[in-house]
Amino acid sequence: MTRREHYEQQQRRKSLIIAAISTIFVVVAVIIFVPMTPGWEKVQKSFFNATVLAKTFPKLLDAFKVNIMIFAWSAPAIAVLGLMIALARDAKAPALFPLRIFGAAFTDIFRGVPVILTVYLIGFGIPGLGLPRPWNSPFIWGSLALILTYSAYVAEIFRAGIDSVHPSQRSAALSLGLSERQVMRDVILPQAVRNVVPSQMNMLIALQKDVSLLSFIGPVEIFRQAGVYKSLFANFTPYVGAAIIFLIVTIPATRYADYLMARQMRERR
Amino acid sequence: MQKLELHNVIKRFGNNTVCNGINLNVEQGQMVCLIGASGAGKSTLLRCINLLEPIEDGEIFLDGKDISLPGLNPQSVRSKIGMVFQSFNLFPHMTAFENAILAPKRTSGISKSQLNFEIEMLFERFDLAERMHNYPDQLSGGQQQRVAIVRALAMKPEVMLFDEITSALDPQLVGEVLDVLLQLKNQGMTMVLATHEMQFAQQAADKICFLKDGKIVEEGSATEIFNRPKKAATKAFLTRALK
Repeated sequence: MTRREHYEQQQRRKSLIIAAISTIFVVVAVIIFVPMTPGWEKVQKSFFNATVLAKTFPKLLDAFKVNIMIFAWSAPAIAVLGLMIALARDAKAPALFPLRIFGAAFTDIFRGVPVILTVYLIGFGIPGLGLPRPWNSPFIWGSLALILTYSAYVAEIFRAGIDSVHPSQRSAALSLGLSERQVMRDVILPQAVRNVVPSQMNMLIALQKDVSLLSFIGPVEIFRQAGVYKSLFANFTPYVGAAIIFLIVTIPATRYADYLMARQMRERR
Repeated sequence: MQKLELHNVIKRFGNNTVCNGINLNVEQGQMVCLIGASGAGKSTLLRCINLLEPIEDGEIFLDGKDISLPGLNPQSVRSKIGMVFQSFNLFPHMTAFENAILAPKRTSGISKSQLNFEIEMLFERFDLAERMHNYPDQLSGGQQQRVAIVRALAMKPEVMLFDEITSALDPQLVGEVLDVLLQLKNQGMTMVLATHEMQFAQQAADKICFLKDGKIVEEGSATEIFNRPKKAATKAFLTRALK
């Protein structure tokens, strides 16, 4: 072992010990002090009730399938619409000017209104037109509200991705005699999309959580189902159960997004 | 008739006049080197010839046809004039082969198998067949620049523009790229180079133009420019450049 390796090993050992001690200290403090609070027993009973959790957990998982379903059809629609809006906003031809205005208005409006408001307005408003079944389904209009809102954000991310491709790539592609369209499709977009994958992953995670907002206009998904059980058992544990189910999905997804982000940073260097 | 003819070309960026009335004739099969300090307007001039930058005034003729006419579709012009850049500008998401085949695949009507064959031959010709299916980041700088040359040649251009193509390379990689230029010259390609490789220009160029402040101060054969420069500015530049 060289001098330097020896020194580094010592340093690593030292920081490991310090990290372990400080973690143990914090954990012990939480274990000792939280139960000392006056309301702890009540909170424990109403939020961390093992019997209630065991009873409701399978049903909550069932309800989570609704979330997954809504997510599964919304996500591809968001990707397509978001990309279309991004391209529309950069359209150069004068005939496409209305499209550009529309794209700008679209992103301004749907980024400016809280998701829950959009869900309410579209989810209650459009079925209010008296449409026949199945066109009055809150599933359809609630999903549309999510699709519109998220497309606005996703479009902005795509646009940032397009801007992140160095202009010299465009010059090189144009100098080969490719048209503006071909340059965008073959050279700029593939690189732009690749650049924004980590950011778009984060949007997917946010969408997965925001699907729950649809519960306010009808669909019985996991949050709504948890609410039903809360009333039934007069206990908040089903909400904790729902949170656990969300985390089972979102933690690996978040880790993966972070991994992609870190890898991209490495490649840029 | 000249292959390429520039007549009083003026290019401005805002108030900054980068090309200030440039006249230049390039004959078929000639290799013309543009020399001069950074910022003299060499690169911009090449970009103007390839219609990557619109010019303010003047005309550019290719085979006697005015290609600088405002409103002209630049695509057909660019497919006749190839360009290679200082920083290679290969498309990083494509292999060397895909880089080269993209433009002809999109713009020429040649069948896919014929095109594949032609591009393979091109890689073969420039000794790159082995690295053909590598991605740009798996290639050395010299190889990348040679691939960029192959990519431009894949469009079968009549004129090639080279914008300081060795400036971003490690010194030991410069040679292989310059060899490709000589190979092209021997095959009769018409070429315009912006370059800092004075030795190469001296040996290979048919004509050398010295640019300063957006103007061609002096032009002539390599011997005329390097051995008997007439203008003081040319002398001063060469003294510094050849040090």
